[in-house]
Amino acid sequence: MTPNVILPLVIVLPFLAAAAGLLLSRLGTRETAPGTSGTSASGSGAVHGKKAPSLSMGGAALGRGEDALGRGDDTLTRGEDALGATHGGAVHRDTPATEGNRRANNRAAWFAIIPAAAATILALWLAWEEGLTFLGQIENDTLARAADPITYGTIETGAIPISLSLQADGLSVILGVLVTLVALAVQVYSVGYLKDDARYPSYSAFVSLFTSAMLLVVYAGDLLVLYVGWEVMGLCSYLLIGHWWEDLGNSRAAIKAFLVTRLGDVGFLFGIFVLGAAADSFRIVDVLAKVPEMSTGTLVAATMLLLAGVAGKSAQVPLHTWLPDAMAGPTPISALIHAATMVAAGIFIVARLFPAFLQAQPTLDVLAVLAALGMLGSALAALAQDDLKRVLAYSTISQLAFMAAALAAGSSTAAIFHLITHGAFKALLFLAAGVVIHHVGVNYMSQMGGLRRELPVTFVTMGVGFAALIGLPPTSGFFSKDSVLLAVEQAMTEGRLTDAAAVLLYGCALATLVVTGAYSTRAWLRTFLGRPRAVIALPEPPPGTAHVIDVREAPLSMLLPVILLAVPAMLLGLPGLGHLDVTVAVISVALALLGVGIVYAVWRSDPAADPARMLGPFRVPCEQAFYLDRAYAVLFVRPVLAMARLVARTDSRVVDGAVRESGRSVVGASGLLRLAQNGNVQLYVSGVLAGVLLIAVGAVMFT
Amino acid sequence: MSWLPVALVAVPLLGALALLSPATSRRGLLRVYGLVVTGATLVLAVILAVSFDYANAATPQFVIDREWAPGLALHFHLGVDGISLPLVVLTALLTFLCFLYLCWGDARQPGQLLRPEPGRPRALIFTLLVLEVGMIGTFLALDLLLFFVFFEIVLIPMYFVIAVWGGADRRAAALKFILYTLLGSVVLLLGLLLIWAQAGTLDMVALAQAQGGGMARGIQVLAFVAVGVGFAVKTPMWPLHTWLPDAHTEAPTVGSVLLAGVLLKMGTYGIARIAIPILPEGAAAVAPWLGALGVVGIIYGALACLAQRDLKRLIAYSSIGHMGFVLLGLATLTPAGMNAALFANIAHGLITGLLFFVAGGIKSRYGTADMTQLGGGMLAVLPHLGAVLSFACFASLGLPGLAGFWGEMLALFSAFEPAAGLPRPLFVAFMVIGGLGALLTAAYFLVMLSRVTHGLPGRRSEAALVGGGAGHGPVAVAAGGAVGTGEVTASADPSGAVAGSVDYSGEVAGSADYSGVVAGPAGTPLPVAPAVRHEEFPDERPIDSVEHSWEEDRSEWGYSDDWLEGESAEEAPEPDEPAVPAMPDLRPYELVAWTPLIVLTILFGLWPKLLFSVTTPAVQALLGVGS
Repeated sequence: MTPNVILPLVIVLPFLAAAAGLLLSRLGTRETAPGTSGTSASGSGAVHGKKAPSLSMGGAALGRGEDALGRGDDTLTRGEDALGATHGGAVHRDTPATEGNRRANNRAAWFAIIPAAAATILALWLAWEEGLTFLGQIENDTLARAADPITYGTIETGAIPISLSLQADGLSVILGVLVTLVALAVQVYSVGYLKDDARYPSYSAFVSLFTSAMLLVVYAGDLLVLYVGWEVMGLCSYLLIGHWWEDLGNSRAAIKAFLVTRLGDVGFLFGIFVLGAAADSFRIVDVLAKVPEMSTGTLVAATMLLLAGVAGKSAQVPLHTWLPDAMAGPTPISALIHAATMVAAGIFIVARLFPAFLQAQPTLDVLAVLAALGMLGSALAALAQDDLKRVLAYSTISQLAFMAAALAAGSSTAAIFHLITHGAFKALLFLAAGVVIHHVGVNYMSQMGGLRRELPVTFVTMGVGFAALIGLPPTSGFFSKDSVLLAVEQAMTEGRLTDAAAVLLYGCALATLVVTGAYSTRAWLRTFLGRPRAVIALPEPPPGTAHVIDVREAPLSMLLPVILLAVPAMLLGLPGLGHLDVTVAVISVALALLGVGIVYAVWRSDPAADPARMLGPFRVPCEQAFYLDRAYAVLFVRPVLAMARLVARTDSRVVDGAVRESGRSVVGASGLLRLAQNGNVQLYVSGVLAGVLLIAVGAVMFT
Repeated sequence: MSWLPVALVAVPLLGALALLSPATSRRGLLRVYGLVVTGATLVLAVILAVSFDYANAATPQFVIDREWAPGLALHFHLGVDGISLPLVVLTALLTFLCFLYLCWGDARQPGQLLRPEPGRPRALIFTLLVLEVGMIGTFLALDLLLFFVFFEIVLIPMYFVIAVWGGADRRAAALKFILYTLLGSVVLLLGLLLIWAQAGTLDMVALAQAQGGGMARGIQVLAFVAVGVGFAVKTPMWPLHTWLPDAHTEAPTVGSVLLAGVLLKMGTYGIARIAIPILPEGAAAVAPWLGALGVVGIIYGALACLAQRDLKRLIAYSSIGHMGFVLLGLATLTPAGMNAALFANIAHGLITGLLFFVAGGIKSRYGTADMTQLGGGMLAVLPHLGAVLSFACFASLGLPGLAGFWGEMLALFSAFEPAAGLPRPLFVAFMVIGGLGALLTAAYFLVMLSRVTHGLPGRRSEAALVGGGAGHGPVAVAAGGAVGTGEVTASADPSGAVAGSVDYSGEVAGSADYSGVVAGPAGTPLPVAPAVRHEEFPDERPIDSVEHSWEEDRSEWGYSDDWLEGESAEEAPEPDEPAVPAMPDLRPYELVAWTPLIVLTILFGLWPKLLFSVTTPAVQALLGVGS
């Protein structure tokens, strides 16, 4: 077993799992009479082998209809939602699970988990083989030169060839482990979370496909190969955000996520072009080797363009607006894709091409400013959200900005260190939040409270997660934040950034520490402490939330990943122990505790009220994330749609109109000519005589 | 082995000629006949691909060169190289798949045209076979005039496919198609004759090797413009594209598939094969314009798609955008750009062919391709069909890992580094605009998917649902009407589940909203449309004025028309005995016909080398770059 066999295997295994899950899960599991799906009058509910719908189902469907109407978020044909919802109980995810469904789901679960486990083992083996060099690099603050990639083939395109190569160096292998481990945890967790969901097979297959794509990004040795994985991740993100597509709101969130990230990806692709053309190769090692020879202009252009892709994928300002909406997807997806792995890919790619970024100082300045604005702004937005998942989403943006800050400050190791610890504790937080949501049936914290008695395990583990997020010792987040802060502080003195940017970055980072402590505490208090609110236990919660109401803790398949993730969230920081800067640590902990203390004090004064009220008039703008969404709608979406209408009109009136008019004018001209052909013999004879006369005169005159 | 190209043309031709004998008119025979003939052609194409010498992909192989009309110096000159081989195989494959789609199963399913007599199956098979002769011949021809002959042969059968088996407005669309493309052909012919007059030969191989030698720059530019306009109409390039949406909207499924999958490629193939290598100086002069028009097409097509309501029209406009990428690649005059164009051609053939297949399937089920009438929730009603549609859309929007990506990516990259002598800043600007066009492409496909496949089903007109399920929309609509809709739905679920009736009571109440929709098309007999047509095409009155007693039964959405005479009245569901209104999901004949396209889309996406290894050397030789 050598790396050049293992490497492709790690990537291909989840891919095959996805293919198998999509194609084979349902094979032969339809126990209903053949044709049910095609011939039942309801047409839709029957698709997944539903038996006769029960009365409560009908009522539920009606309820959903009202809900859909009440949300009023359908712009196409408003008012018909209610009608649509009642149609044949199309909400088949709520149908009682049939035997066939259950069998399909079981099979899909095996298809998902076994390859994921195998990939995890292989990724661990790769990391072991590599010697876990990354852990040693935290000390000396330089990432080792990328290892020589293993090439599996070259595609001649007539221009720069695309080399199908993979590489396993210190950076890749550690991220490979993170990805496979979180993916495995999420796959196991999803078995419980989506137990009776009729679409679980496709869901788990998409998660497998995502795992494969992300591993391709991590291990890619060629920028275009990396881009393939990069985009496929985006597709999986789209598909999984839209998992509950019955609600068009989810569908729109998925579209938004895909388009906003793709906007960045266009820049990303052009950045790859610039680098590839300058280095005459798309291989990462070749590009990095040529960086010293490239002109500053080229490097700035390339890195700025790459930065667009980074901002899109890693949800950085100004392309971050898709991430909070992406919480419409199932919670395990939010944990895997929108917290731990995919959104970190942007940070990864900067670290991967860090030598190029280091040579492009303007890019680092831009990155610093974006990171500074992003971390503080989204932390403030997190403080005002009522939706638990949106709190975590804004927190993710904020923490990603923290990593970006480390990169801007010139320390890729600190960024990656925080990326890994964040991957662990944010996945933990999301999965724990999933347990809470699964239990309560809603996302809103205003309807939670006092859950510590009902969910003791979740209470503790989520507490660990929040502690890590705040950066309290001895959790992992404490150490990684410390290294990031240290890097940012050093950037002020080292002068790698322009002074203003460095000061702004440092100030925002410190302020963010306070706000992070505040919003984490608020979320934790409002979820687990205080007076238990009557659990609403809607029979039919809106899509985006789990629908099983259970009075006990979640099933073991959900609790186990949560507990297991709590361990790394607690311990992953230890490699940074020897690296700790005490002054920075004291400052950061003091600031974080300040935020915690303020919120706790406000909360104690009235445990039933939302501590976010302390924001005062600032609260609504924070809740609306500073109205960026609306601004974008006015600035970009509407003009494009107006242009589309204009083009459609122009096309039929002007472009095609010209064609039709030319046709008509030909017909008209022929109509004129026809006047001569009127059947009047006298006219014809006169014409002939006139012609003869003309010719005769002409012949006489010109000869 | 030089018999292979001849056989590729001869087999469908003989197959078509044999259909003239009355012995072949037996229905049972007809059902397998087209399948066998095109299957044999496909086998020949596969043999061609297998025995092709890939080490010498740049040189024409299996060449046959006979004098045809010595007085005109016309040669019967056929052969394949790396550029034409993929297109020949694609053509044979798509035609075969069209026949699979038509002939598999009992051929009475919605969307299939080989129904008994009214469907004119013999004529359809004949037409499609002649079409295949023209398409394959175009890609095989190595003589300019022979190329033009095949190029023109294609037009006539396609005209009939649209005009006879098309939708309600088929005659106008077919007329526009043929006039527009014939106009282009005239200009093309003039250009070809100019080349012949100047260079003294019609041999495409020799002309390409001469690299424009012997032709003055002015002549080259003139010839390039003439040839280019001819091909641009076919491609179609903005602003010469307006025949395409109409033709696609009205054409039957197989017509749309072949039109998008093969016919459009003939335009770009012509540019790559004839215009650029034979007239290099002309190409260099015109290339910036070509690129600009291509890029405008990308943006324009994408924006037009965003505003479309009709699914087939949307796909047609998306073709304009995709062809814009092809033109951009060609305009760079680099091997990479040409390669991109050829790859994008093949990918577009596979993906858009699939898209039109799916759109045809949707139209035949719902009775309409109008997105507002389709409603939504297709993934709930027809999960597999919805999944295939989604897949095709992802492929079409250029997702890496699927075939659509490589051509677009390479076209953009070649615009980043255009050939020497071309204005680089301009082409970089083209690249940026093209990239934004790719973003818009994603936007309209995703919005379309959201409208059609997501959400809850049931927004569409109930009549369309009933009709689609009955196998023939319009008839059922006529049987029902607004009142009948209520009846049919109310009694539709014989199992009589309680919840079902709860659901449906709501629905019937709601159907008041729809009564307008339902009554509109069903209640308004078509004569309005013929009246318009009479005005435009006075000569065609005899055909249109065939009045049937069931004229009123027709709706403007269905396939029913004079020629098919629809499903006979016996097949219409009795109002008392309601047809089961649910729609069938993926049918076997659809699965069989679509699977190869899906597989190839994934295969070329994951392993683009398969195609690049064939085209790269040929492209380099064509542009005179050392191979």
